[in-house]
Amino acid sequence: MAVDISGNTIEVENLEHSFGDVKAVDGISFTVRKGEIFSFLGPNGAGKSTVINILTTLLRLQKGTAKVAGHDVEKEPEKVRESIGIVFQELTLDRDMTVRETLEYHGRLYSMPKEERRRRTEELLRLVQLEGKGDTRTKYLSGGMKRRLEIARGLMTRPKVLFMDEPTIGLDPQTRIRIWEYVREINREGTTIFLTTHYMDEADQLSDRISIIDHGKIIITGKSWELKNKLGQDLIYLESSDNRAAAEMLRELGSVKEITEKPKGLVLMLSGDGTHLLPKLMEMLTGRGIAITTVNLKKPSMDDVFVHYTGRELRDEGAEKLSSAIIRAGKR
Amino acid sequence: MNTGFLTIYWRDMLRFVRFRTLLFTSLVQPALWLAFFGVAMSNNFDRLTATLPTIPGVPTVGYLTFIGAGVIAMTTLFTSLFGGTVLLFDKNWGLMRETLSSPLPRIHIIIGIGLSGMTKSFIQATVIMLFGLLIGVRFFDGYTLSQTLVSVFGILVFVGVFSLGFLFLSGAIAISMESPEGMQAVITLLTMPFFFTSNALYPVESFPPLLRVLSTVNPLTHLVSGIRYFAIGNNFSAIGIQYVYTPNDILVSFLALLTFAAIMFLIARWRFGKVTVT
Repeated sequence: MAVDISGNTIEVENLEHSFGDVKAVDGISFTVRKGEIFSFLGPNGAGKSTVINILTTLLRLQKGTAKVAGHDVEKEPEKVRESIGIVFQELTLDRDMTVRETLEYHGRLYSMPKEERRRRTEELLRLVQLEGKGDTRTKYLSGGMKRRLEIARGLMTRPKVLFMDEPTIGLDPQTRIRIWEYVREINREGTTIFLTTHYMDEADQLSDRISIIDHGKIIITGKSWELKNKLGQDLIYLESSDNRAAAEMLRELGSVKEITEKPKGLVLMLSGDGTHLLPKLMEMLTGRGIAITTVNLKKPSMDDVFVHYTGRELRDEGAEKLSSAIIRAGKR
Repeated sequence: MNTGFLTIYWRDMLRFVRFRTLLFTSLVQPALWLAFFGVAMSNNFDRLTATLPTIPGVPTVGYLTFIGAGVIAMTTLFTSLFGGTVLLFDKNWGLMRETLSSPLPRIHIIIGIGLSGMTKSFIQATVIMLFGLLIGVRFFDGYTLSQTLVSVFGILVFVGVFSLGFLFLSGAIAISMESPEGMQAVITLLTMPFFFTSNALYPVESFPPLLRVLSTVNPLTHLVSGIRYFAIGNNFSAIGIQYVYTPNDILVSFLALLTFAAIMFLIARWRFGKVTVT
């Protein structure tokens, strides 16, 4: 068994991949450390799935090098296959097989011994809370259950890395939260996780590190808070009895970088932490006889980070905002 | 030895048994052929050939017995040609990705599907033989029990090799096609020449030369000859024609089927090597 002494589970250098004359992946390099949750965040068509398909040996490597779990994907694809688990973007279940048969088939594909298959199946059904569904055909499962079964399948062989391509696409917010919990649980047990997503809250909530990818290139990599801090500004929105006077007054504060006038109020871009500034600011304005009617402090979100770096909004924004709102509510 | 193909086999048989309708129709259809086409044609042919003088010392068999072998062969052909369809569905519904991304060597997919298709053909052939005997097909006439068992074994070996060949072909087509409709069309087109240039339903002795050549290279002809040799005998007459099969003829037929299966296997292996699922 090859153990990578560098502590990296995935090492990719100068990866390039074209479909015809369309360059899907354009010179990507990154590493995923052992035991971390690493995300590729990018819009549809950014090249995320292509990278996953190369790393999981479904696509032949065209240019560059890629090592997964210490094995070169080009030279030792079988070794790579033995060490990974995959949750595909689209559902890949046989509708007419039962939950247990699905796991059994997978275990057999990987030559797991019979006893081990039995034990692991029961273990995983408990983990993804499908205990009562073992003998149900997959076509009778809900979308969320199907996804959970696929995650269980991906874990069947105790892989060193679990690849998840858009694991929560099309699922309702409750199910997404549930699946994130499983992912964290799996990760705690030691599995390295590589996931792609175009949901910014998903990348934000789950990952140890995120790479923002667009047009086949990695734009920036870092921890979620690092990415946000690089953007470096809190935003305050306020409406008052005299916006113009307020703006003039606030311009003198050193920590306010920029003021934009909106039809009914002002947006202040701060150079630092807004939580301490806000009470002072309100006190100051009230002291000068300006009544504040509305105020709102906003931390930069992954949305802001993403838009800052890629310059365009992601799709599926409605669903995304809704679910992140529910998450925030759930955390309080 | 890597027994990964057994996994593919297990899943395909699971589906076969699970779909009761599929199971049921696959058994009833050949029986209906024998019951309707066989019986109807048999009456006609027997009336036409009633005036022909029988060859002394050579047993004469009725048309129903003659075509019994043809129905077994024809059913095996159809079942096997459609046997690879599951691969096309797997490919289109993404299920193939799971299998292809596993450590299982691709060749095992072909072998697994081949073996499960072969099993289905064994079941069908057995059912047709039993049903045939019921409605008057005179197979194994005058055989002792051990002779019958040897003959059944011989028939199944021929059916097995033949079905493997066509399953490999079917798998190769399935993995190269995009749509089930396209596959259906290609297979329907393929069955015609195989079916009608063979000796399954009628003698090939009076074919024009070109058709004669085609019938000689047609695997279906070799399968039918093998079945008739084992089920009816090495010297009999039917529809006014005397059939004599020497053990050599049968060996040649068997080798022809083996060669066919081997070529189809290579084609399937080549097509599977090229598959990328994205």
